[in-house]
Amino acid sequence: MHNKSVAELSRELESGKISSVELTQQFLDRLKHEDGKYNSFITISDEQALAEAKAADEMRAAGKATVWTGVPFAHKDIFCTNGIRTTCGSRMLENFVPPYDATVTANFKAAGAVCLGKTNMDEFAMGSSNESSFYGAVTNPWGMASGDKRVPGGSSGGSAAAVAARLVPAATGTDTGGSIRQPAALCGITGLKPTYGRVSRYGMIAFASSLDQGGPMARTAEDAALMMNVMAGHDPKDSTCIDREVPDYTATLNEPLKGLKIGLPKEYFSDQLSPAMEEQVRNAIREYEKLGATVKEVSLPNAKLAIAAYYVIAPAEASANLSRFDGVRYGYRCDDPKDLMDMYTRTRAEGFGNEVKRRILVGTYALSAGYFDAYYLKAQKVRRLIQQDFINAFKEVDVLMSPVSPTPAFRQGEKNTDPVSMYLEDVFTIAINLAGIPAMSVPAGFVDGLPVGLQIIGDYFSEARLLNAAHQFQQVTDWHQREPQ
Amino acid sequence: MQWDIVIGLEIHVQLATQTKIFSGSSTAYGAEPNTQANAVDLAMPGTLPVPNEQAFRYAVMFGLATNAEIGRRSVFERKNYFYPDLPKGYQTTQLAQPIVGPGYVDIDLADGSTKRVRIHHAHLEEDAGKSLHEDYHGMSGIDLNRAGTPLIEVVTEPDMNSADEAVAFAKKLHSLVTSLGICDGDMSQGSMRFDVNISLKPKGSDTLGTRTETKNLNSFRFMEQAIAHEVERQMDILEDGGRIVQETRLYNGDRDESRSMRTKEEANDYRYFPCPDLLPVEIDDAFIEDARARLPELPDARKARFKEQYGLNDYDAGVLSGDAKLSAFFEETVEHGKDAKLAANWIQGEFSARLNADEKSVAEAPISGAQLGALVTRIADNTVSSAGAKKVFEALWSGDNDDVDAIIDAKGLKQVSDTGALEAMVDEVLAGMPDQVAQYQNEEDPKKRKKMLGGFMGPLMKASKGQGNPKLFNEILVRKLGG
Repeated sequence: MHNKSVAELSRELESGKISSVELTQQFLDRLKHEDGKYNSFITISDEQALAEAKAADEMRAAGKATVWTGVPFAHKDIFCTNGIRTTCGSRMLENFVPPYDATVTANFKAAGAVCLGKTNMDEFAMGSSNESSFYGAVTNPWGMASGDKRVPGGSSGGSAAAVAARLVPAATGTDTGGSIRQPAALCGITGLKPTYGRVSRYGMIAFASSLDQGGPMARTAEDAALMMNVMAGHDPKDSTCIDREVPDYTATLNEPLKGLKIGLPKEYFSDQLSPAMEEQVRNAIREYEKLGATVKEVSLPNAKLAIAAYYVIAPAEASANLSRFDGVRYGYRCDDPKDLMDMYTRTRAEGFGNEVKRRILVGTYALSAGYFDAYYLKAQKVRRLIQQDFINAFKEVDVLMSPVSPTPAFRQGEKNTDPVSMYLEDVFTIAINLAGIPAMSVPAGFVDGLPVGLQIIGDYFSEARLLNAAHQFQQVTDWHQREPQ
Repeated sequence: MQWDIVIGLEIHVQLATQTKIFSGSSTAYGAEPNTQANAVDLAMPGTLPVPNEQAFRYAVMFGLATNAEIGRRSVFERKNYFYPDLPKGYQTTQLAQPIVGPGYVDIDLADGSTKRVRIHHAHLEEDAGKSLHEDYHGMSGIDLNRAGTPLIEVVTEPDMNSADEAVAFAKKLHSLVTSLGICDGDMSQGSMRFDVNISLKPKGSDTLGTRTETKNLNSFRFMEQAIAHEVERQMDILEDGGRIVQETRLYNGDRDESRSMRTKEEANDYRYFPCPDLLPVEIDDAFIEDARARLPELPDARKARFKEQYGLNDYDAGVLSGDAKLSAFFEETVEHGKDAKLAANWIQGEFSARLNADEKSVAEAPISGAQLGALVTRIADNTVSSAGAKKVFEALWSGDNDDVDAIIDAKGLKQVSDTGALEAMVDEVLAGMPDQVAQYQNEEDPKKRKKMLGGFMGPLMKASKGQGNPKLFNEILVRKLGG
């Protein structure tokens, strides 16, 4: 069962061959047995999972089953889960049990899905290797056969590793600068960052509010579409969430791609990309040509400014978003504070890890009197230029294609002493967040036995088209079905 | 040396919305600590603000009532600082693009002139919670019930030149927001709080002096005292050749003392930036016209009407039109009492005195305008004397009986106005006091005669068991005793 997709498991449950309780128990047993190798989960919530499975079986018996009813999956530990510890990968929230559900959490519950637990992540979603988690690094299932411990990418590294290792068929992720797409690429799975405002952020612990977006991580585009059907939609609790009709994302998966106009941003095929990676990406694009698509080069002239702008805007927002972690109301508080200032400083010094502190410092600096115009305002202007680049590109083509990451999965410890080289991991993904448009990562080949991702970038609210393009590719390739040994 | 006093005000006005500015929690005052604070107010991880439309409507109504431009694009920003009663570690407020732009209010001065005070802008923001430093065994308690209560902060230009002008402006603003119904105006519960910016400059100089800000004054009296205190403090420093330090000060009204809270150098860098959780709010014509249609009669218009409709003088009309609840009470009294001048006197006299003595607001008064109106009717038609009316008023206030005529009957306060009966009583009393009658008739000085008349009133009231109409007794006496 563990090799089956969400769509397949749903059919198994529908046929009555297996109950959700049985299926959930099988997945839990395997998860507990296998995850020691990967450390992809922070919390396994078996009691709640079995209770949800039982409820799902009753829902089915009552004739109220949805596609998701009884299907196991997992949440990135950034989505608040009522009654289940939610840590965001931080010591700061080691003891935090939310008394409410994120809207995404509530949506999956309403559909009858069974959450097995909470997946590991970079602390407060800040990182590209999952090494900044207070709960330990995650090991990529790929590369282990050769004795390597490689990173799964980040920040949704736990979700990506768990899906790649067949511990769950699907998991939620969040993407602020590439945190769904880069780990999906490095772990050989399918991930989608939706348009900003498509999925509610309520109850999703904020890193950078104007960039954060939740999305699906699964092995197939079809499963990602099934997840989007549950995740997308207006939420009155999030005033940045857009009130716009949600299509059935599975309905258009089988549309033919003939005539699809693909643009290749020349800035994304630069010398930052290794020749071996580029070859895989270009091979994938040739598959699209075989499917009837046309390809042309386009330009995103301001793309090179994206990392600089991002590392002003995201830390600036984070510096304020993380102020609430002050030891006063919930979460970590230092022992025996002498006074208020001592409580603040030690709580935050002990509760946050180095990468989080680095970004709070950078963001605080960027917003300070005398620096605001030169950093924050300038970065916002750059952001509008980048957005305009994409708007211009989509006047010429339907989708853009590019690599997701400059290299395949690197070794643990290889980059975590050099923040800038780590930040460059997101060189092809970050501009998409600044523009607020959707993009996918689709398995597209291997280099040295490690997965390579193809990025498909679309115009605002074009998720259905991206999923369609990914699904058609997965009908003629089997990269997404390869299993790590 | 002669000095000009320059005063500008920042006024926090709590808006009387049912729920908070960014969450669905109730804003009602006085609940058990932290019972009106939900996950959003507690800044639990992942929670998000959703703006309250009513707060915008109230702010626009305020803008229209102060002749202001309405900000068509209203942007919330984060003002970052750490404090235990500020759950998010930032206050959501407005800076560059506030909802209410420049406007003005005209105030009446004691010499009968009017002065225009300009408003720089007014912005929407959330209130913080409260830190409680007592009764926690050396620890501090945090109550977040108030956190997220909507405020408008009204910032004036430095257009006031005395404590009297500042207080007149503050009272006018209080009158405006209560008349608009956008604030309950209860200063004791912190519904309006004043920060006062004060500087001195040599008389006639064009250059403003260095200012100080005295924060968080919550009564007109404290504000007046704090201004007097700060003006004196600055004057002492300047006349000794010293310099004023730009700083924020706290005033202790009970001790008439102030102390420095922080100087400009110690001020926080608040690192304002637009709040990414809240999109800019566009205010369109329809929203403004809807708010305009909701504007009630404002104090200036009401004052003019009171003078016109009820023939009140300027002073009475000013007092009775200033407070929306008092105005309503007055009009209810007149409706049932007909004699507007008499009603005005009773409301400003006995009624206000009892409210003050019992520390009650108009809304909490135990008697209604209809009841007071009924009493006014009985005074006007001579059924009760004014002395008797006070007894009726006491009975109404204490709740012994709620019907004016029933009280008059029960207490035997009905005046005898039957001239025949009164004349008989006068004849009888005069017959028993021949010496005094002679003395009166021999007196040439009209003033002394008038005084001597009083000597007959006591026995007459006694003879009538207190029920004789004193006015009629007087007339009969004068007639009988001869010119």
